[in-house]
Amino acid sequence: MVNVVPIRKNSMTANQSKAWSAMLAEMAVTKDKSLYIQLYQHFAPKVKAYIIRLGVMEATAEELTQEAMLNMWRKSHLFQPNKSAASTWLFTLARNQSIDWMRKQKYPEYSLDNMQDRLEEASDADIGEQTVQSERIAQAISQLPENQAQVIYMSFYEGRSHSEIADRLMIPLGSVKSRIRLAAEKLKLTLRGEISLGGEQ
Amino acid sequence: MNINHHLDEATLFSYVAGSLSQGMALVVASHISICDSCRERVFETEAIGGALLNEMVSDNSSDSSASVKVDETALEQVLACLDEEEPTISLDSSLSDGEPDACSPGNTGEVPAPLSDYIGGSLDAVQWKRLSPGFYYFDVFKEQRGICRLLKVAPGKSILPHGHHGNELTLLLRGSYADEVGRFAQGDVADLDDQIEHQPLVDGNEDCICLVATDSPLRFTTLLGKVIQPITRF
Repeated sequence: MVNVVPIRKNSMTANQSKAWSAMLAEMAVTKDKSLYIQLYQHFAPKVKAYIIRLGVMEATAEELTQEAMLNMWRKSHLFQPNKSAASTWLFTLARNQSIDWMRKQKYPEYSLDNMQDRLEEASDADIGEQTVQSERIAQAISQLPENQAQVIYMSFYEGRSHSEIADRLMIPLGSVKSRIRLAAEKLKLTLRGEISLGGEQ
Repeated sequence: MNINHHLDEATLFSYVAGSLSQGMALVVASHISICDSCRERVFETEAIGGALLNEMVSDNSSDSSASVKVDETALEQVLACLDEEEPTISLDSSLSDGEPDACSPGNTGEVPAPLSDYIGGSLDAVQWKRLSPGFYYFDVFKEQRGICRLLKVAPGKSILPHGHHGNELTLLLRGSYADEVGRFAQGDVADLDDQIEHQPLVDGNEDCICLVATDSPLRFTTLLGKVIQPITRF
């Protein structure tokens, strides 16, 4: 039996999320600025909130957000709607922009050269698949045990390394890694639809 | 490429979260660029990041991020920039060439693209520094804690036994070695933490070249190792 879990209030529905991904894919092709404006208004506050959580001062966060949003336009040809949701791609843009700034050097990215062949046209069904998953993950994160959710948040929102987390929580490095491992595996199972939402641990 | 040793889930997660040291991120990016299965895992993990981004602002009004506003005039400024010529970024310009597996000119195929940004395309053109007979190294860049270093070790040679205070990531670029964990060959990544002590032995007929990154100093377990540590700066 699949346990039905109420979707969080105001949480984005699959259809909305799908629409954003489709809109971004369309903007990449048409370079339509009215689509850009809609995407900007939806994602810029999220991107800025994420960058501030990483510990960046407001004024700088504003600048980094603008840069990330500019990259949404400039790099839109690299968006792969069959591979990721718009929010996922925006996350990587925001992450790279802020880390590069914080470290004053480029965060090593994996090569995209040999992924050109993956840029086949994505079907509508593909886009839907990715965005539904994105919504499932948000629910699954909220259901993680406290100590696993904690290391996930410290990694993603505070950009802390394994050893920093170990120091902060005063637990061994191995425990940090096993918590992250457990949480990540659980979230990925959800992503693959192999466990029901709200199911047993 | 037949890859048998992959990235630990926790390492991969922190790479996606952007919380790995620069050196460790370079090892991860290099492995991902040649390992299809780890790249798929990265795509999956990035979806977690996307979900977290979606959670920002939109829900839960008690959340402090709900008050985040983007400067009203910012959109106009960004719109004005859209038509400007895109600044030339080397990474993007190389992408548009569309050459399959193109890393950089003269690449022998042994240097993954992310690493070639730092050392060029050939392991034979690296300015190796001699550490001791059969041992050579090259610092890819300096780290505040830990190292990011290429190592070249001759066949039959063994690294002094050591453990780690933190994480140690090793990507094999040429040749092979064996240790307490297993046998590692080109493309394999050894993802170790402070629970592991090992003594890698180069077991093939050719030099073993690998990219090593740590996020804190090694912990040598023999007196000799402790004596030479200040000299080798490991």
